[in-house]
Amino acid sequence: MAGAEGDDSLYPIAVLIDELRNEDVQLRLNSIKKLSTIALALGVERTRTELLPFLTDTIYDEDEVLLALAEQLGSFTVLVGGPEFVHNLLPPLESLATVEETVVRDKAVESLRKISQEHSPVDLEVHFVPLVKRLASGDWFTSRTSACGLFSVCYPRVSSTVKAEIRQHFRTLCSDDTPMVRRAAASKLGEFAKVLELDYVKSDIIPLFTALASDEQDSVRLLAVEAGVSIATLLPQEDLEALVMPTLRQAAEDKSWRVRYMVADKFSELQKAVGPEITKTDLVPAFQNLLKDCEAEVRAAAANKVKVFCENLPEDSRETIIMTHILPCVKELVSDTNQHVKSALASVIMGLSTILGKDNTVEHLLPLFLVQLKDECPEVRLNIISNLDCVNEVIGIRQLSQSLLPAIVELAEDAKWRVRLAIIEYMPLLAGQLGVEFFDEKLNSLCMAWLIDHVFAIREAATCNLMKLVEKFGAEWAQNTIVPKVLGMANDSNYLHRMTTLFCINALSGVCGQEITTKHMLPVVLKMSTDQVANVRFNVARCLQKIGPVLDSSALQAEVKPVLEKLATDQDMDVKYFALEAISVLALA
Amino acid sequence: LTAGGGGNDVQWCFSQVKGAIDDDVAEADIISTVEFNHSGELLATGDKGGRVVIFQQETENKSQPQCRSEYNVYSTFQSHEPEFDYLKSLEIEEKINKIRWLPQKNAAQFLLSTNDKTIKLWKISERDKRPEGYNLKEEDGRYRDAATITTLRVPVFRPMDLMVEASPRRVFANAHTYHINSISVNSDNETYLSADDLRINLWHLEITDRSFNIVDIKPANMEELTEVITAAEFHPHQCNTFVYSSSKGTIRLCDMRASALCDKHSKLFEEPEDPSNRSFFSEIISSISDVKFSHNGRYMMTRDYLSVKIWDLNMENRPVETYQVHEYLRSKLCSLYENDCIFDKFECCWNGNDSVVMTGSYNNFFRMLDRTQRRDVTLEASRESCKPRQVLKPRRVCAGGKRKKDEISVDSLDFNKKILHTAWHPQENIIAVATTNNLYIFQEKVN
Repeated sequence: MAGAEGDDSLYPIAVLIDELRNEDVQLRLNSIKKLSTIALALGVERTRTELLPFLTDTIYDEDEVLLALAEQLGSFTVLVGGPEFVHNLLPPLESLATVEETVVRDKAVESLRKISQEHSPVDLEVHFVPLVKRLASGDWFTSRTSACGLFSVCYPRVSSTVKAEIRQHFRTLCSDDTPMVRRAAASKLGEFAKVLELDYVKSDIIPLFTALASDEQDSVRLLAVEAGVSIATLLPQEDLEALVMPTLRQAAEDKSWRVRYMVADKFSELQKAVGPEITKTDLVPAFQNLLKDCEAEVRAAAANKVKVFCENLPEDSRETIIMTHILPCVKELVSDTNQHVKSALASVIMGLSTILGKDNTVEHLLPLFLVQLKDECPEVRLNIISNLDCVNEVIGIRQLSQSLLPAIVELAEDAKWRVRLAIIEYMPLLAGQLGVEFFDEKLNSLCMAWLIDHVFAIREAATCNLMKLVEKFGAEWAQNTIVPKVLGMANDSNYLHRMTTLFCINALSGVCGQEITTKHMLPVVLKMSTDQVANVRFNVARCLQKIGPVLDSSALQAEVKPVLEKLATDQDMDVKYFALEAISVLALA
Repeated sequence: LTAGGGGNDVQWCFSQVKGAIDDDVAEADIISTVEFNHSGELLATGDKGGRVVIFQQETENKSQPQCRSEYNVYSTFQSHEPEFDYLKSLEIEEKINKIRWLPQKNAAQFLLSTNDKTIKLWKISERDKRPEGYNLKEEDGRYRDAATITTLRVPVFRPMDLMVEASPRRVFANAHTYHINSISVNSDNETYLSADDLRINLWHLEITDRSFNIVDIKPANMEELTEVITAAEFHPHQCNTFVYSSSKGTIRLCDMRASALCDKHSKLFEEPEDPSNRSFFSEIISSISDVKFSHNGRYMMTRDYLSVKIWDLNMENRPVETYQVHEYLRSKLCSLYENDCIFDKFECCWNGNDSVVMTGSYNNFFRMLDRTQRRDVTLEASRESCKPRQVLKPRRVCAGGKRKKDEISVDSLDFNKKILHTAWHPQENIIAVATTNNLYIFQEKVN
């Protein structure tokens, strides 16, 4: 290194500092990420007086640099001299909190929230609160939106006069001219309510919530829904009806589908927040309406919540409510015009059987499952099949098997390979539920057919599927049913099918165990070493490497070694390579 | 200053002209869009060469009160480059179809610019400080001997000459199969729409990898296509409302609250055709080339080939006002069809308080239509009348019969000189009028 006479330790730091203003963003980013190293070298005094002022002015930089800077400053307290000096970090974070990129602003706010905890109560009032006020009354909405996220961290730790000011600032922002600030305020309303005294929640937060929930901008109203849920958890049960419910009821019937969607999306949280009584009187009819909404997006969001909503209904009246109020809506959704709605429902509907018990499931749900199993949209059928286990626990799968089979066969032969792939993945599950007998009779042939599918991803998944089936049904079953078929493919005229045999053996040898592997599989593999296609031959070498550990040493020495040695002299480079690799891995040299 | 007011009592005078003076017009220099920002302090133009030029209003000159502040170049940047779509073997022109300013969010300014396929979000920001001081080299780039480094130097920011930078912040691509004709920012300030011939997409300003299709009028069989979307705009205050106009002369108003896909309009504005005016060209000339909401959101204005119509949003069956822009061309439609002029897309704009509207015509004429006094005037953007503060004289076209003094005969109109794009300062009586490759700025005469 050049700096032989200078201070050696300074050189790398000097480079880092210079690269803070390098043309190359990556180098700047690199330097910013090592800001703590620079600060450490400069010492706390120079970090405060020189480095931080420089950083405060660097807000022209690329977003990724600013983002990294905002993050670094959140854990910089020690480097400026500890909590006593933490307020020195405020100016650079303040300027970062006003940039237009949301990610940078949010990170700056996150860091500000973090370091607010390191301020003493006095410093908080002297340095931090004035910063929040400056941001809150800034000219540009970027700074006002950032302010919204800072009230809740200082409120609990300041005097009552300052508390009053903070509440006033928050109120002002809730009625800001720009929808961006009102959105920010609405999204922080719940959080702010949590740190307020209950009286102020009632006197301050509730009017703000009501106002935001009836804002002219859809995007503000929908954020108020979430705030409503948080506020509801804070209030005593007796106040909910008067203070929160009218607004929430109104949101559930909002003219804008986006707001109703938000209600549907937050329904479980809402249900928990308002408790069983209001759930019975208010949420049940609201939920019915959402399930019957004219907008498909809303119905789909609500359909997704059917199971959780039913699960969380008060136990004493759960079954009645489901049977008389929810199930009729669900029945309609089964034949909805929109496939997203149907498929959302199909992903949860099976869960109702555990809640409703055997008799109701057989009488009411089973017909619905059967309809969905015949749905024109493959996703709906798949969602039903993937959740079969819930039904199996309650009524056993036999009830369904007659309808299940055609559905599975149709999916198995679907023209879209992704659909075929999806159903293959459920095969081990289905096999487990349906039992070996049914499987052998009806599904085995499908599983074997996938092995010769023209799409590799399907053949690969089919191979993996066989392994999982053997894990379920055992080696003996494998030997009787699938091994002969797999080995039979070794004589196929298509080399791709011959390779499938090898891939299957790779997958199966471990689960089938030494005896089957040595006795049945190994001879086939060895015989294929003379295949005319080089791809098959090198896959023989790879296969031998893979099954080697399953074989005993005599078979390895007597049978595998000679074949590998022969392959190692093959004319094809790849065959040679894999043969040599196998020899070395199996330590046969 | 009559803030935003004015009508035909206003005397318009020449203020500035931008662009080359010679008669050779380079294709790339043809202005394709003009747009003031929300304060009127900045004026952006886009051209066929894919460039955006931004002019800034100089701060008021106190010593010369009658000489109002002028617009000078603030920033120029290449927004779009010519591209080639290899999948469809199509050239994608760099021409800027539309520019829309975003409401100001911090010290920087933001605008959306679009060509036929790709929308870009640009940031225009000022910088007046630069860092100084290196450890390992001098400010001029000569390296220092590393051995001489005994202390660390932290760079400091020093004032420098003001520099204006334009940087692309987002690129919204690959969402339009057809040519984008409109972009419009929503009053929620977080979404905007982009419309092409058959579809309208809704974007979030911060998300570039997905957009939502909100209108799709593409028929399953393209042979059944009878109508295309010609323009679309969001309501200035109601975040859920937007309109789009069609080549059949109708305007549909959609409510995004009602459903996610707005293929069912909530209002359809259409005027029954006057059977006496029916001709071979009826459908072509009824095609709407521009639609603009008034600032107060109560009305919208549409421009078709021969007229400007003002619609009350509460009345769908006919416009509340109709203004003829150049009725004398009705007898010329045949030749205008032959030279393709009939397909020209004239735009229109409102003044600051919605009392006057402006739109362009041929022969470098533009029209001011006063709604309160029901009066209109034709003015000309011309090199002949560009002495400072020269008052623009009204022009008259002789519609037939005997030509009076000062009148211009229809046959002597120059159809190659057309004013398609105009813009009105959002508060003041300052207008920007784009002739082929020149931008004229006129303002109210101050006595």
